[in-house]
Amino acid sequence: MASYSTNEFRGGLKIMLDGDPYVIVENEFVKPGKGQAFNRVRVRNLKTGRVVEKTFKSGDSVEAADVHDTQMQYLYNDGELWYFMDTDSFEQLSADAAAMGDSVKWIKEEDMCGVTLWNGSPLSIEPPNFVVLAITETDPGLKGDTSGGGGKPATLETGAVVRVPLFVQTGELIKVDTRSGEYVSRAKEE
Amino acid sequence: MTPGRVSEESWRPAARLDALRARAALLGRIRAFFARRAVMEVETPVASRAATTDPALRSLRASLTELGAEAGALYLQTSPELPMKRLLAAGSGPIFQICKVFRDGERGCRHHPEFSLLEWYRPGLGYRDLMVEVADLTRHALDRPGLEARYQSYQELFLDRLGLDPLSADLEVLHRAVHDIPGCRDLELDRDGCLDLLLTHRIELGLGRGHLDFVYDYPPSQAALARIRPGPVPVAERFELYLEGMELANGFQELTDPEEQRRRFAADLNKRASTGLDIVSVDEEFLAALAAGMPETAGVALGLDRLLMVSTGSSHIDEVLAFPVERA
Repeated sequence: MASYSTNEFRGGLKIMLDGDPYVIVENEFVKPGKGQAFNRVRVRNLKTGRVVEKTFKSGDSVEAADVHDTQMQYLYNDGELWYFMDTDSFEQLSADAAAMGDSVKWIKEEDMCGVTLWNGSPLSIEPPNFVVLAITETDPGLKGDTSGGGGKPATLETGAVVRVPLFVQTGELIKVDTRSGEYVSRAKEE
Repeated sequence: MTPGRVSEESWRPAARLDALRARAALLGRIRAFFARRAVMEVETPVASRAATTDPALRSLRASLTELGAEAGALYLQTSPELPMKRLLAAGSGPIFQICKVFRDGERGCRHHPEFSLLEWYRPGLGYRDLMVEVADLTRHALDRPGLEARYQSYQELFLDRLGLDPLSADLEVLHRAVHDIPGCRDLELDRDGCLDLLLTHRIELGLGRGHLDFVYDYPPSQAALARIRPGPVPVAERFELYLEGMELANGFQELTDPEEQRRRFAADLNKRASTGLDIVSVDEEFLAALAAGMPETAGVALGLDRLLMVSTGSSHIDEVLAFPVERA
């Protein structure tokens, strides 16, 4: 089993703590004038997203987490699980709702997604930064208002609700930034 | 150096030019301070055949390959303490040194494996009087004549901040205090490890805010090279200075007894052996100097990079270093 010594600690390193995979957010070396040195770290649980503090004696080792990021294509959802495919090996994997998190709001079949794998299983799914989706429902708004001020809620084909300018109508395609959940522009079919 | 590590910017200093100027000015003020007080500046070897025995320190190594019988491993100093004490034994009188010291593995926003130390010795002076001089030096170096100094014993400090007595509390009580700190539940520490953790995690950041905080009289187990004052509750005659949440200096009423010194080196080496550290050779020249007779003296070492961090308002040591190790 691979392990890391505290002197290899740095932001981004993936380690195992209490049976869960964590990523180091911040590492600080602390030492009194004479005596025992410590590594005081802030770590994020990759399953829950929770950030906690943890202190190690400097020189101690900790088990490495077998976590890595890859790109996979979203195939379909069978009502319970979401299926993804490695476009090089055609290998398929399924992710549960916990791993999907908010990305279910944004992704459509055939989208390329970031997949974080832990021991070969999806731990979390990142949607593309920008997606193009059709509006399934929005108020018609006032005719001729093209000022762009104000805005209104629009429901998208994936179920997500975003604020759009008044001139955008049901049936149109729009580009959305999934990181902020905000409307970017009207879009054409890609 | 792998070519990939050289970036467009990595040839440049990490510190801004005004931090480099602040360093030059600081060194000038320190030398003027000691000149006025007739303390002699000295230099001692950076590389030596003997290494520190301190179980908490790792020496960097060098080697001498082309000097016949003298060839062999050399260790870069973690402190100039032992050779400076040899000068005291030879009758140097009061001395100071500004030098680079090296500690393997120490890297963080307040640590760098190579750093600048000011170390000085005052034969005839007690450690409490030396604290007053450290305060004077610090005020002078920072050009802050009004900076107040407060003095508190290690025991008072722990009672005051944590409500526990560091000299008498049961190990179980110390463990409970440690395990209450977030992220420290699983730590297995001995008595001094617990005290070190409580100091770094619960106390240190609050010390020296707007004034100088001196902490003195440490548990005998943390004496290092300080004299232990016997009594119903013995304490090590050692002090530290804190400013802006940071340890700046560490001083001792120096141990002068060669037999006691030899026992402490042996205890250090035992601890190194039990934790799998390399067993280094002790400095026999230093022990011989103590046997020949070293005057009663107080001595102190002060971290100059951290003092510069305070004077320039820096939160990371790299802000005061021309070239940190990653671009050295």
